[in-house]
Amino acid sequence: MTTTAEPTTTPSPEVGKARVRKEDARLITGRTRYTDAITPQGTLHVHVVRSPLAHAKILGVDKAEAAASPGVIGVYTATDLGVESVGLPCAWPITPDMKAPQRPLLASDTVHFAGEGVAVVVARSAAEARDAADLVDVDYEEMEPVLDMEAALAEGATLVHPDLGTNENATWVFDSGEAGTGGSVADAISAAEADPDSVVVKRRFRQQRLIPAFMEPRSCVVDPTGEQMVIYAATQIPHILRTMTTVTMGVPESKVRVIAPDVGGGFGGKIGVLPEEMLCVALAQKLRRPVKWTETRSESLLAAHHGRDQIQDITITAKRDGTVTGLDVHLLADMGAYLGLVGPGVPILGAFMFNAIYRIPALKFTCTNVFTTKTLTDAYRGAGRPEATFAIERIMDELAVELGRDPMELRQQNWIPHEEFPFTTVVGLTYDSGNYEQATDQAMATFDYAGLRREQEERRRNGDPVQLGIGISTFTEMCGLAPSRVLGSLSYGAGGWEAASVRMLATGKVEVITGASAHGQGHETAFSQIVADRLGVPFEDVEILHGDTQISPKGLDTYGSRSLAVGGPAITMAVDKVIAKAKKVAAHLLEAAEDDLEFANGSFTVRGTDKGKAIQEIAFATFMAHDLPEGMEPSLDADAVYDPENFSFPHGTHLAAVEIDTETGHVDLRKYVCVDDVGVVINPLIVEGQVHGGLAQGIAQALFEEANYDEQGTLVNGTFVDYTLPSAADLPSFDTAVVSTPATTNPLGVKGVGEAGTIASTPAIVNAVLDAVRQFGVTDIEMPTTSQRVWRAIQEAQGRATQETPVDTHSPGAGLGSIDPNNPQGEVQ
Amino acid sequence: MIPAKFDYVKPASVADAVRALREGGDDAKIIAGGQSLLPVLRLRLAAPSLVIDLGGIPELRGIREDGDRIAIGAMTSYYDILRDDLVTQHVALLAQATETVADNQVRHRGTLGGSLAHADPAGDLGAPALALDAEMVIAGETGTRTVPAAEFFVDYFTTAIGEGEILTEIRFPKYTGWGSHYEKFNRTAQAWSMCAVAAAVRVEGGTIAEARVGLTNMGTTPIRAAGVEQALIGQPASAEAIRTAADRATEGTAAPSDADAAADYREHLARVLTGRAVLAAAG
Repeated sequence: MTTTAEPTTTPSPEVGKARVRKEDARLITGRTRYTDAITPQGTLHVHVVRSPLAHAKILGVDKAEAAASPGVIGVYTATDLGVESVGLPCAWPITPDMKAPQRPLLASDTVHFAGEGVAVVVARSAAEARDAADLVDVDYEEMEPVLDMEAALAEGATLVHPDLGTNENATWVFDSGEAGTGGSVADAISAAEADPDSVVVKRRFRQQRLIPAFMEPRSCVVDPTGEQMVIYAATQIPHILRTMTTVTMGVPESKVRVIAPDVGGGFGGKIGVLPEEMLCVALAQKLRRPVKWTETRSESLLAAHHGRDQIQDITITAKRDGTVTGLDVHLLADMGAYLGLVGPGVPILGAFMFNAIYRIPALKFTCTNVFTTKTLTDAYRGAGRPEATFAIERIMDELAVELGRDPMELRQQNWIPHEEFPFTTVVGLTYDSGNYEQATDQAMATFDYAGLRREQEERRRNGDPVQLGIGISTFTEMCGLAPSRVLGSLSYGAGGWEAASVRMLATGKVEVITGASAHGQGHETAFSQIVADRLGVPFEDVEILHGDTQISPKGLDTYGSRSLAVGGPAITMAVDKVIAKAKKVAAHLLEAAEDDLEFANGSFTVRGTDKGKAIQEIAFATFMAHDLPEGMEPSLDADAVYDPENFSFPHGTHLAAVEIDTETGHVDLRKYVCVDDVGVVINPLIVEGQVHGGLAQGIAQALFEEANYDEQGTLVNGTFVDYTLPSAADLPSFDTAVVSTPATTNPLGVKGVGEAGTIASTPAIVNAVLDAVRQFGVTDIEMPTTSQRVWRAIQEAQGRATQETPVDTHSPGAGLGSIDPNNPQGEVQ
Repeated sequence: MIPAKFDYVKPASVADAVRALREGGDDAKIIAGGQSLLPVLRLRLAAPSLVIDLGGIPELRGIREDGDRIAIGAMTSYYDILRDDLVTQHVALLAQATETVADNQVRHRGTLGGSLAHADPAGDLGAPALALDAEMVIAGETGTRTVPAAEFFVDYFTTAIGEGEILTEIRFPKYTGWGSHYEKFNRTAQAWSMCAVAAAVRVEGGTIAEARVGLTNMGTTPIRAAGVEQALIGQPASAEAIRTAADRATEGTAAPSDADAAADYREHLARVLTGRAVLAAAG
């Protein structure tokens, strides 16, 4: 069946096309099934009884009334389930002597944070389980909470885990002098102190605690009725969850199938291995029935892991001409009560990014992780890198103020010029590509930097009640969390490769299996575009399969902006193997030598002739297997695993203009311009969407969000009334653009975009806020820079005393803020 | 989220609703638009044994002209109020405040009567009702009575509505030709007011002839800024005169302190926002 190849009309390439995401229709209409909508026949429902106290001895658990409640199958403590010695995994022992408390599935003797589970109720319906949970009577003896990191490290502090003998989890140090990647910071500081032509600028910054606030609450269903136990979970990490279920519960890996159906967001908040998931495994095994757990929003805010929460002591040294000579970073990072799956490593991911885009000759990074009686912290969009970017971009502004320099000019003086790429930094990373000048020039022009500076000057001169502030963030990040050898050198408990398979179906359609696990990113669309181009098939003919260990047995899931940079090349490698196999079949059928064939737009043609065969024809011929080359298996399918040599390093220039109403302190973000270099862009619409969402989240840290605990250790921002997420109405229309210097660290030239907006935007906003009010003598405002904080900072800088602000949000006048989530039995008037 | 168990009735008349309320006793709770009650139920902060839904009583909905009054049924939604010609012509301040309540979804569900009866001092409709001398028509077993707004708001979440009584109608005098403005200040666009000011003024030849000013979230109830009103009368409608009068905005207030705003900041906001609200109303 030789056909004549059509005259070649090159189809417009898919890569670079702003395709609307093919997954969106099912996601946003609710047509898909999220985990909570999956209910195998006979499912029982689980509700967790949680501690309202931060730190307390459990004297007794009276289950009788709850057990007798309608529909209740059982009420269980850890002992009742025989899981009291089961500990949840922490996969990142950052130092050999790291102190790691065992995190139980349910607290047995002592609760260590408000929200920790003490017992579970299993009932025929979710409502009956919820009703009965109110009837479980836990007798607590209250203990001193541990809330402040510095106090927790002091002599004689109350210990969260007395058996560890300390509240210090670990101290991790990187010193470029000792590592041989740069000079000694101690030397740089003493030299600067001794030199009248140098300055030393020290600042303390605080990264407030944040809540990832993904849209779909966490949920899991465990069905033990088949040969393989099936775990449906709203998770970012189905593959890791499968392995960890084996490690934690001892179920053989071959007996576990994990399905992450469509998952409604994560932002890092769903990379945990949850006590509730493992409890459902234990309950399903015990009861031999499917069990389901879905958290309420209140539980999610209280007990799902939080993010950030660092105190950053930063010292920068520079010559008076602006040349930076050293950077000393000292962090305290709040782990909360236990260690999350990668919690202790999150601040360490930032270690390599404090030098950012700058040629800093000496850098020392010291981070001490601290236990407190709070919800544990773990990855949250950017994980370590937003903290680093914030500190360096804030201190560059402080240095500019100290030296009386324009902050952008100071950055330009110190950044790595594009001719110097590839550039090995002071921490030993090799930045493969980038062009800070290009992104900055474009951003400055779009922003009208000079014009806004003029307006700012004018408003200052006129004493305008509305003052203008301009903020800069020239960021870079390391993403595509991957190189297995590098991760190994950091004692990370897994590799970083990603796997893919390509299946050519008989009818010419293509199934692509990826180990990446999307939870809102648009993988199906972007990956289809890549495959369509590479294989020369229509976009519509490519189906991306993921999120089920039975379909996609191998993978390391989605976090750290890795899906495209690591998962993408795995797919193209598998596609190339398919093409290589198909070429053998084509050569055989066309009676030509393989070397005489060329492959383009989905067809093999014999060079210099009009003879050819489409890949779909080859797929069908292979399926029929009537006439294949000698010794060839009748299959074109192929697998590949990709493990890059290096990270990728997106960068960008972000510029913000804020208007501050000096009478009320209100900050109005007037203009936001960013130009990001994320390498080769597969789908500009998805890139723009990721940047928009990322900006909203990063700006939210600067202006809106904060998770606070009162002095009893109670989370006071326990509802969305108190945890003020911004909406579109709070943000301006962003002016985003991309420039592209292709990455050389992966064959697609891509860099990753999922975290860029979040990492870059926070310091741009805070720098802008301070830029507006420095004229009044204000030197710092803690995040979020709320109207009240801005107003108070102005008052105090002008020598006017103001009142202490209570941490408590439970003013009766704060609408639903009158609700205390930890006292759900409390009466409301 | 799952509320505790409750019984539910949806009476078809006010008389039936009053009967249900009496029979339900202390544990019965009325649901109007549900925008405050439902979250409270779902968080189990309240566990009424009976929920009486007023959504099945058509006469509680609607806006009509009644002589020199505009009468608004208690179950009229925010959405219907803010786009009603009678309201925008004669009680514009109410429409302006209503427009700032939460988001469009809430404004389609929430009701004027529900909000006033709930009496959250951070709610936006108490201050305009108080400033504009609205009257509340309350139905009980023995008929109806009318309570002026000044006597309606008693304390946090407490009104003059007695046991077994239902708010049925809110009647506003006409403020045709007055200027008005609702100045709201909050943490995020859809959050409750940290502080807000409802102002209506009648300006005659550049002079303020009459003024009505109400404050949101400056005490346990909406508060009438009587001192500001007095200070405004007879003054020119100028920024300076208005700002001076606005300095009296905190008289008689008891500003709450919370993480968003400690009392001193709230008081400062009240003065600034009062100046802005009156100036906008006069402009």
